Amino acid sequence: MSDHKKISIVCFSGDFDKMLAAYTIATGAAATNREVTMFFTFWGLNALKKQQGHSWLGKDLLSRAFNFLMGGKRNLPLSRLNFFGASPKLMSGMMKKNNVASLDELMEAASALGIRFYACEMSMHILGVTKEDLIDDVQEVVGVATFLNESEDAHIIFI
Amino acid sequence: MHFLDITRETCPMTFVKVKLQLAKMSGGEELEVILNEGEPLQNVPRSCEEQGYKVLSVEDCGDGDGKHRIVIKK
Repeated sequence: MSDHKKISIVCFSGDFDKMLAAYTIATGAAATNREVTMFFTFWGLNALKKQQGHSWLGKDLLSRAFNFLMGGKRNLPLSRLNFFGASPKLMSGMMKKNNVASLDELMEAASALGIRFYACEMSMHILGVTKEDLIDDVQEVVGVATFLNESEDAHIIFI
Repeated sequence: MHFLDITRETCPMTFVKVKLQLAKMSGGEELEVILNEGEPLQNVPRSCEEQGYKVLSVEDCGDGDGKHRIVIKK
């Protein structure tokens, strides 16, 4: 497998549209015979929470407030013209109308294609999020050194 | 012979559906795919060949709407 073309995507942004871009590249790459790793850090972790809405995850007041305000996959904002959360829903409607896969479908496909999911230890620590709070697709909670080792000879994309 | 119509799919699900269908099949089995010209026609057969599958045929469906039929052997 070492002769495979490799792509590593850092999912830093928790914006709905940027997450769509990340999953589009990831699934497209995996489907065209590339080895794909997705590394979720900071706001990107919101997409992986088991609780898809606003929930009080965390161990202290601040982290609990942060997690509640950010919410999960259902609360990802659009990076522009968010209109207090109305736009992602409108955008999803437009995508469906044009037969474009939804974020849920892309995430399901990513899992079926065997993409590797890593979550960032440091940002989880700050936000008080544990591995148990994240969906089962997340294989490991790792640091930057592991990410870089896994991404040796890979194209790294930061979104 | 397995069958897949991806003419209503858009990028990247065109590739994803083909890849996942091929993954379910055993070696030697064939898959017929109906796809649109442009990006899917240019890249689905190519990526299948890169993965070591054989593209047995590529032909225009003849409906004048750019649909093509390809047959892939796993």
